[in-house]
Amino acid sequence: MAPGYYTPALMKPAPFDYHQARSVAEAVTHLGEYGYEAKVLAGGQSLVPAMNFRLARPAVLVDINPLDELDYLEEDGDTLRIGAMVRHVTFERPVTEGPTGRLLTMAAHHVGHLPIRIRGTFGGSLAHADPAAEWCVIALLLDAELSTRSPSGGRDIPVEGFFQTVFTTALEPEELLVEARLPKLSTRTRVGFQQFSRRAGDFALAMAAVAFESDEGQVGNARIALGGVSDRPLRAGEAEQALEGQAATEESFRAAAEIAALEIDAVGDIHGSADYRRDLVRALTRRALEQAIAA
Amino acid sequence: MIPWIGQPLPRFEDPPLLTGEGRFVADLTGDASFLRFVRSPVAHGRIVSIEAPEGITAFTAEDLREVRPIRPLLHRPDFRPIEQPVLASRKVRFVGEPVAVVVAGTPEEAEDAAEQVFVDIEPTDRVVSAPEAIRPGAPAVHDHLEDNVVVDARFETERVDEVFSAAAVVVDFDLRSRRQNALPLEARGSVAAYDPRSGRTTLTASVQSPHVVRTVLADLLGMPESDLRVVVPDVGGAFGQKFCLAPEDVVTAWVARRLRTTVSWVEDRRENLMSSFHSRDHHYRVRGAFDADARLLAVDADLLCNIGAYSCYPVTCGVEPLMALAEFPGPYDFRTYRVRSRGVTTNTCPMAPYRGVSRPVITLAMERLMDLAAVRFGIEPAEIRRRNLITEFPYASATGLVYDEGSYVESLDRAVDAIGLEDFRARQAAARSEGRYLGIGFSVFSERTGYGTSAFAARSMDVTPGYETVDLAMDPSGNVEARLGASPHGQGLETTLAQLIGDRLGVEPARVRIVHGDTDRTPYGWGTFASRSLVIAGGAARLASDRLRAKLAAIASAELEAAPEDIVIMAGRATVAGTDAGIEVAELARLAYHSSHRLAAGMDPGLTATATYDPAGTFSNACHVATVEVDPETGGVRVDRFVVVEDAGRLINPMIVDGQLHGGVTQGIAGALYEEILYDRDGNILTTSLMDFLPPTLAEVPTIEIHHLETISEATITGAKGLGEGGTIGAPAAVINAVADALRPLGVEIAEVPATPSRLRRLVSESERIPA
Repeated sequence: MAPGYYTPALMKPAPFDYHQARSVAEAVTHLGEYGYEAKVLAGGQSLVPAMNFRLARPAVLVDINPLDELDYLEEDGDTLRIGAMVRHVTFERPVTEGPTGRLLTMAAHHVGHLPIRIRGTFGGSLAHADPAAEWCVIALLLDAELSTRSPSGGRDIPVEGFFQTVFTTALEPEELLVEARLPKLSTRTRVGFQQFSRRAGDFALAMAAVAFESDEGQVGNARIALGGVSDRPLRAGEAEQALEGQAATEESFRAAAEIAALEIDAVGDIHGSADYRRDLVRALTRRALEQAIAA
Repeated sequence: MIPWIGQPLPRFEDPPLLTGEGRFVADLTGDASFLRFVRSPVAHGRIVSIEAPEGITAFTAEDLREVRPIRPLLHRPDFRPIEQPVLASRKVRFVGEPVAVVVAGTPEEAEDAAEQVFVDIEPTDRVVSAPEAIRPGAPAVHDHLEDNVVVDARFETERVDEVFSAAAVVVDFDLRSRRQNALPLEARGSVAAYDPRSGRTTLTASVQSPHVVRTVLADLLGMPESDLRVVVPDVGGAFGQKFCLAPEDVVTAWVARRLRTTVSWVEDRRENLMSSFHSRDHHYRVRGAFDADARLLAVDADLLCNIGAYSCYPVTCGVEPLMALAEFPGPYDFRTYRVRSRGVTTNTCPMAPYRGVSRPVITLAMERLMDLAAVRFGIEPAEIRRRNLITEFPYASATGLVYDEGSYVESLDRAVDAIGLEDFRARQAAARSEGRYLGIGFSVFSERTGYGTSAFAARSMDVTPGYETVDLAMDPSGNVEARLGASPHGQGLETTLAQLIGDRLGVEPARVRIVHGDTDRTPYGWGTFASRSLVIAGGAARLASDRLRAKLAAIASAELEAAPEDIVIMAGRATVAGTDAGIEVAELARLAYHSSHRLAAGMDPGLTATATYDPAGTFSNACHVATVEVDPETGGVRVDRFVVVEDAGRLINPMIVDGQLHGGVTQGIAGALYEEILYDRDGNILTTSLMDFLPPTLAEVPTIEIHHLETISEATITGAKGLGEGGTIGAPAAVINAVADALRPLGVEIAEVPATPSRLRRLVSESERIPA
């Protein structure tokens, strides 16, 4: 954009049309009709501020808040099914027994402030794909599977590959995210969640979520997911491998955290450089592992 | 509750504010049209053209040719004036500078219209930081100032170099204070209404100084003050940012007159962060000379203040560098002082005073000097301060400021007790052996408050503020109305003045109505800023009350057939001392208006009195102590305890005093750890939302423990000293000294505030001893 061609101070949204969907089918029809010009309004906790800054200028808003059919939590054998419109606040108490529920609760308390948790939705958070969003990190950690509906039917998408870059996912413009399925962790699994933010409730400068099984002090099935440090949530694959089969000790945790800090492609912004974010990953990964073993 | 002075009365201001009955500018737009400013996206450049499509009402500098530019002035040889057109003319000098204004029916339509105004600007080289601006060959922000230096002030006592070369210890360090925005909850704004019947224009504005705004509007628009009325409704915080003139207010008044209608401008948060006023963007180089007993002998300081693109009216951009020069010595007794203090213009948002002005930074500098020296001498920070604080009063500083009586050493000793210094040192040592880093920081300072015309005249201001006048009237029902030119906006002055007046006139404070914020209703005054209103408006209220009390006593003495000096006025009655004989004050009031034939010969009917007060000023003082824990792996800082020992003389309402300190300390913690305005190298501002500019929340601020001392000095007639800025002045030094104390085992020194996690972490990584 050439200098002089834009006005750098706006706080009211540009004009847009508004459709309130009364069914998933109707929402999807609107998305099919308007394509890239449309945005889905779920909790609105990110979209509405972006519109007020005119950073987002959708011509059409499709409001899915009336869709009670997307507000559900179901346990389906070893899978937890989460409807896209479940609000963050729901996870402040465990929604399922065992480590999966505990981990969701740990993360929920870090999501924004209470008014944000009351409005914001699980599905909206995944579809928005902020690299520092807790649910994106948790979904990646747990190898979630996502379901969509679209005018041509719908599809299932594995979370790996879903997050492409900042605010960009594998969703097509006519697709509506309707459900996330989280495979539940085994009851032997230990979980930890750590993040660092400038102030209570701010987006994290870095976060680490970990899960591993501990059999007689030996680490198995190690998972480490990181948020806030790159253009999308990341799994620390090399650190996970390094931890696999090791004794759950301060030394092995420290070594894994060091590998995690080095393997990631960190990015900097005004709140911290890429190097600073590596430092945070090192500290938070180790602390999350220690938290998990101590629990 | 007699006397009323000293009572923690709940604030009269609060019920309407807490029940949604507050009325702010944005509540008062009525059927006004809305203005939207088109702002420069370029830090420095030449305006080639501005085009608005058909059907949009837009004005540019071309249309406002008859409006004079803002030209703040100091009459001193080391000050060079610069001018600011209310809309950019020919050149733009910072991102966010208003270049055009559009008028529309709603705020949304105004934003849509502003987006369609095409501004073609040819960018030129720009300067963003002060050190960059004084480099030879740097681009000139104002054509007539090739070196970008607006103020270059020096002060030097004799024998400076001699004292430094003979000193036992010389401490020197650099200090960089990043730029802040005062961040009032309510941003700026105004409604201007032209009345075709009277030809008058009323500006309802969120400002601190209605009469000063009326004066400057009249000057810039070329009209008599009597054709203008300035009204100040509820104000949602100001902190200095609303003391200086908003060019947008001038444009708003001009558009209303031009279109002969009512228009409003309500600033949004992004505009406020980008283009209202900033403050405290300073670079210091400081040296201190000490004798072998750790006594400070001399200070040599080079102070560089980034004043932004323009000078603020009426105080001018000299306010930060000149205050820093004059008040740098703070509460310490040394006679040898050399300082150079410069104000430098850059392509950034202009600066204006913000709660404390330069003092949060100069206090940080002096308190860092004390702590760095204490480490060199191997003594406690409290001990080195004890050896250097002033103890005899009145005390004249090296720069000639006269301090009235205070309690500098006592406040320090009380703070040492309150925080439990010895226990803390034991806990700190134990924590260090566990790899945890605790620290403690002290900050002792003086706060110059309530200064009148003589002090402002010494600054050689073109507009010289200082006095305040109070018009007092008791009505026939015995209620009192006090009209003042001070303009409180959150300080609780309606309550404290009612206590002062009620105390003198023997009426309940609830029967005293304070009228302010309306130039049609109040005597000319200077508004509320510089911790002055309780001292100066309060002094005037006290004097006017004394006059009214004397008249009440005279009427009562005639009615009760007693000598006037035997009349006691208290709790709604005038009585003859030592007897049961008495009369209701309300009855005296009715008599003064309705039975004036019974008044003594020569006595005017009615009950009114006017008084003006104009003191030289008074220094309050305080000691702040913070304890913190620093996480060396993340750079995070948690403030665990914060203790304030404050001496503001006589407390009129201790609850309101505590509230002032809570807010002030929170803003000080903000400056120490959280808030900073950032620009990139091209002069683009990077912090234009509250996701990026980070005021601390309650979660980041500990309980603030407050202790009071009450030194009653002769400097004010009420015994009260100002304290509106002290919290903000003292807190940064306490917090930063505590952080430095915590990280001292790692060999880390802090030279930049705010001490953000990423900065602290970088310091820790750079130090050789990274914690294992």
